[in-house]
Amino acid sequence: MDDLYRDEILEHYREPHNFGTLDAPDASYEGHNPLCGDRITIMLSVDDAGNVSDVAFSGRGCAISQASASMLTDEVRGLPLAEVEAMKNQDILDLLGIEISPARLKCALLSLDTLHHALDERDGETAAAAGGAGS
Amino acid sequence: MNASFPLDPEAIRRDFPIFEREFHGRRLAYMDSAATALKPRVVVEAMNEYNTRYSANVHRGIYTIGEEATAAYEGAREKVARFINAPDPHEVVFVRNATEAVNLVAYAWGRSNIGRADAIVTTEMEHHSNLVPWQLLAQEKDADLEFVPFDASGRLIGDSYEVLLRTRPKLVAFTHKSNALGTLNDVRSMVAQAHEVGALVLVDGAQAVPHLPVDVQDIGADFYVFSGHKVLGPGGSGALWARRELLEAMPPFMSGGEMIHSVHLRHSTFADIPHKFEAGTPDVAAAIGLGAAVDYLTALDMENVAAHEERLTAYALELLPREVPGIRIHGPAEPADRAGIVTFTLPEAHAHDVATLLDREAIAIRAGHHCTQPLHERLGETATGRASFSVYSSTDDIDRLAVGLRGVQRIFGRSPAVAGA
Repeated sequence: MDDLYRDEILEHYREPHNFGTLDAPDASYEGHNPLCGDRITIMLSVDDAGNVSDVAFSGRGCAISQASASMLTDEVRGLPLAEVEAMKNQDILDLLGIEISPARLKCALLSLDTLHHALDERDGETAAAAGGAGS
Repeated sequence: MNASFPLDPEAIRRDFPIFEREFHGRRLAYMDSAATALKPRVVVEAMNEYNTRYSANVHRGIYTIGEEATAAYEGAREKVARFINAPDPHEVVFVRNATEAVNLVAYAWGRSNIGRADAIVTTEMEHHSNLVPWQLLAQEKDADLEFVPFDASGRLIGDSYEVLLRTRPKLVAFTHKSNALGTLNDVRSMVAQAHEVGALVLVDGAQAVPHLPVDVQDIGADFYVFSGHKVLGPGGSGALWARRELLEAMPPFMSGGEMIHSVHLRHSTFADIPHKFEAGTPDVAAAIGLGAAVDYLTALDMENVAAHEERLTAYALELLPREVPGIRIHGPAEPADRAGIVTFTLPEAHAHDVATLLDREAIAIRAGHHCTQPLHERLGETATGRASFSVYSSTDDIDRLAVGLRGVQRIFGRSPAVAGA
């Protein structure tokens, strides 16, 4: 068995957690990996306390990007947004627990990058709504 | 080696220093020659000789090594001209790669000849390098850009081409051979049809020049482009061939040194072709390396190269479906209609995962969209795997690929429960 494709990674690939869409997400973003054309969309809902109350992802990709999205969405469920925003690339690599070669790094990090973009867009909209003027 | 193969890849591999290196204890099974080809020793040595023995600038030095450098650089141009049967070496412009050649034509010819509502016809199987420059030109000039579609077998649809030609395009641009599917287009008749309606034709030869005898006079196109690094030559080398009267009428692309005839403070006149299009000090070593590469291929004989790769393609098209259950092969089913490229997907695993696992067996293939996103949209795939062959490729490589793919299937087992969004 190959260490990169250890059982846990393959299980997340075959049966990803949180796969699907949300009806009325507070934030949503479609990210893509220009290297291979893979796309994933991450949606999340935020409760009044500012925690992630629900999260889902959809799209196609390789085992590394799908497993990372599956694990990441598990990880952020229930977390305060500030903690999600503070997540670093290394956190994803720790979650995956495998050695990722430079050529595959973009696959591993696509989900976190997409999640951060979703939050950035939400921040933009929240600021625009609060200030009464978009930018 | 099987007697029906005209080249002996085992002997040829001894000409390529990279095969002396071991990867995971094995010889490299390099099947990404459509991305870039490996370099034979003669290319490296020709460049080394320039850099160590006569590394002067060209067209300047009134001294021995300057004259040697100019002779070698212009000698390389003559070799390239002979290799593609250009009638006159002055019609061969050295560029960095096929991309630069297409951009040169889009800029220098396109900006003076394409206007509002003029049509440019290209195809849905183009590499991004023969697509994006036309998009930008069409946007800038408010011109129309139209696309010939391809069918389920990966061939351009002739009827659609005829319909699009009725729009009387100013330019038709298409690939000689698809980098993603390996499809060989019927360039001669496509060029003739385009000429009948008064269009000029640019043919992207980036995949064809390394794999079959190319005769630009026989093809009859107006512009023909290719990259040196796919022709066993160095990165940073490539050529645009165009008919003399077109090159002479075109304004410069880049400007500055080398490309001038006379310069005054407020105006300049330009050098004769091809130097008008070679502003600045060129990559002399790369041009000399490209000359050595086409000499090497000429010695092997491009007819043999084409036959060798067609047989490898036939071997792979027969072996892979038999040995790798469920493999889907994209593109023409007939080996004669495609050259040196086998593109595939496995139901169990994404192409990136396939390539990562094969790498551990010292097998190099390409995984992704191969710079052809519109083509992949049409295939309904985000990514495919691609094995592509060259003179050093052998049936052993394809056998190892089949074994490697079986290994991927063992690891990935069944298909993922969720296949799509």
